[in-house]
Amino acid sequence: MTHWLIAPILIPLLGGILQVFMGYAPISLRRTLAIATTVLMLVSAVVLLALASDGSYRVYAFGNWQPPFGIVLVLDRLAALMLVLTAVLGLFCHIYASGGADEGNRQFHGLFLFQLMGLNIAFLTGDLFNLFVAFEVLLIASYGLLMHGGGSSRTVAGLHYVVLNLAGSALFLISVGMIYSVTGTLNMADLAVKIPQVTGNNLNLVKAGGMMLLVVFGLKAAILPLCFWLPKAYARATAPVAALFAVMTKVGIYAIVRIYPLMFGDDAGELANLGMDWLFPLALVTLSMGVIGALGADNLKTLVAWQVIISVGTLLAPIALGSEAGLSAALFYLVSTTWTVAALFLVSELVASQRGAAGDSIVTAPKMHHRTFLSVLFLIGAVAAAGLPPLSGFFGKLLILQSVESGAEMAWLWGVLLIGGFLTLIAYSRAGSIVFWWNIDGHLETPEPMNNRVAISTGILTCLTMLIVVLAGPLSDFTRATAEQVYDNQGYINILQTPVHIPQNPLVGEIN
Amino acid sequence: MELLFALAIGALTTSGVYLLLRARTFPVIMGLTLLSYGVNLFLFASGRLATGQQPVIGTAASYSDPLPQALVLTAIVIGFAMTAFLVVLSLRNLADNENDHVDGRRETAPPPSKLEQEVSGK
Repeated sequence: MTHWLIAPILIPLLGGILQVFMGYAPISLRRTLAIATTVLMLVSAVVLLALASDGSYRVYAFGNWQPPFGIVLVLDRLAALMLVLTAVLGLFCHIYASGGADEGNRQFHGLFLFQLMGLNIAFLTGDLFNLFVAFEVLLIASYGLLMHGGGSSRTVAGLHYVVLNLAGSALFLISVGMIYSVTGTLNMADLAVKIPQVTGNNLNLVKAGGMMLLVVFGLKAAILPLCFWLPKAYARATAPVAALFAVMTKVGIYAIVRIYPLMFGDDAGELANLGMDWLFPLALVTLSMGVIGALGADNLKTLVAWQVIISVGTLLAPIALGSEAGLSAALFYLVSTTWTVAALFLVSELVASQRGAAGDSIVTAPKMHHRTFLSVLFLIGAVAAAGLPPLSGFFGKLLILQSVESGAEMAWLWGVLLIGGFLTLIAYSRAGSIVFWWNIDGHLETPEPMNNRVAISTGILTCLTMLIVVLAGPLSDFTRATAEQVYDNQGYINILQTPVHIPQNPLVGEIN
Repeated sequence: MELLFALAIGALTTSGVYLLLRARTFPVIMGLTLLSYGVNLFLFASGRLATGQQPVIGTAASYSDPLPQALVLTAIVIGFAMTAFLVVLSLRNLADNENDHVDGRRETAPPPSKLEQEVSGK
């Protein structure tokens, strides 16, 4: 049993606790320690990625309890990919935040690290109830982060976000209770064994539980009927927080990918592919809704927030079709879109800081400062988000289009994705040309200085899309292997047989 | 016992959902609290209802399931923390917007401005 598995949870936990007690320490010290914690977390995530890339499952049993009796952490390719994705994103957002956005609230860094911890627990856990706890940890940190910076509009958006997520948590608990009452277990591997054996009236209970879980994950992932909270909340959050939240919807998608192929996959008898018929049309409608929202956005942050919803639709459509190629393509696109959307949030905030009273509204205004730098970053982000060659969004969408087998589904997916991509392009062109080109005479009296940390972190995060293009071969090999592993249930079920090492207690002999 | 228990869960959930859909933050918080009570009882019942049984295997002919109690305990702790946060947040909402509407809207229309008075006068 390797102890590395617990590192991505322990590092932000300890770093976060340190921050709680250092509320009155000088801000430079707090920043240094906080960023050092995030760097350590990234290192541990990369180590786990290296461990996981041999294709085997690694299990960490808390308290040496043999699964399914204790809580386990499970590391596989999917979990490792999500960990690295989050750690990279977290690092750049954190550097950006230390450029000045973290002032005004002593607990910002603590909350930020706890949020990362909640995300890491969610990716590593192999237990359904533990997943609920992970959601609560990341949500309560996100409530605090969303409020950071204040303002009455933020209070209202935050109130909606909190109430909605509390209702979601209640639904999560009900579905967990329903599934537990029939199967008597909450370990995901054990559930994958028990659910196909369910018969008779109990079948309906598990079915209802599974569908309600889908509603909960749909709320986290912002699928159409449950997505209207997102643009308001994200557009009003501080930029580094909004950028970190780009990965929050992906937690919902991760949970769907983790649980449905495993527990309700092809082997699940009567419950096979539960809910997936619903997911495909909903994903396409979500995508269309996102495009409509993006066309109607009146400021840059709202535009990017709708881009989050577009990417959710784009990701879920191939996942719902349940093919290995589709999942592989979706994972490739997931990496690309998460970083791109986060970078666009940061760019929007920089643009707003250089335009004075006009902020990030899509209106004509006096010429902004640092226009060349910001417009190039916006161009790169927009090209990657809209899916134009030569950046990574294009390759992600191309893989998704290729993964669909011919038929009605192919026609729908190709149609919606291609038309949606074209309309997104129009939305970005309109926003970019008004904000960057249509200037009125005059200039701002007092430009806000743009410090190095902010500029460099935004620049690098934006350019990660080029890195994905360079590494497209290895990355797509990895996502293909990940998809194979996800659909091979037997491997995950075998973690139940993991031998647990029980150390000999030297005292026992003496007492006897 | 089962019927009584089911009715209690049903009543709590119904009133919780009804209050959750109200437009003021205070009923919404009450609704969420009632909903979480209902959910906790439901979780508790997922280990089957029984009296006078021990959660230890081998001491009696049948045993009760201790796990749902652990789950409920976790859910209660989390629920308390969230409710406390929500109360503070809605007080902040009340202070910021001078009323407790969930959308932060003003209760009465603000008095017409000078411009509006002039326009309507003509």
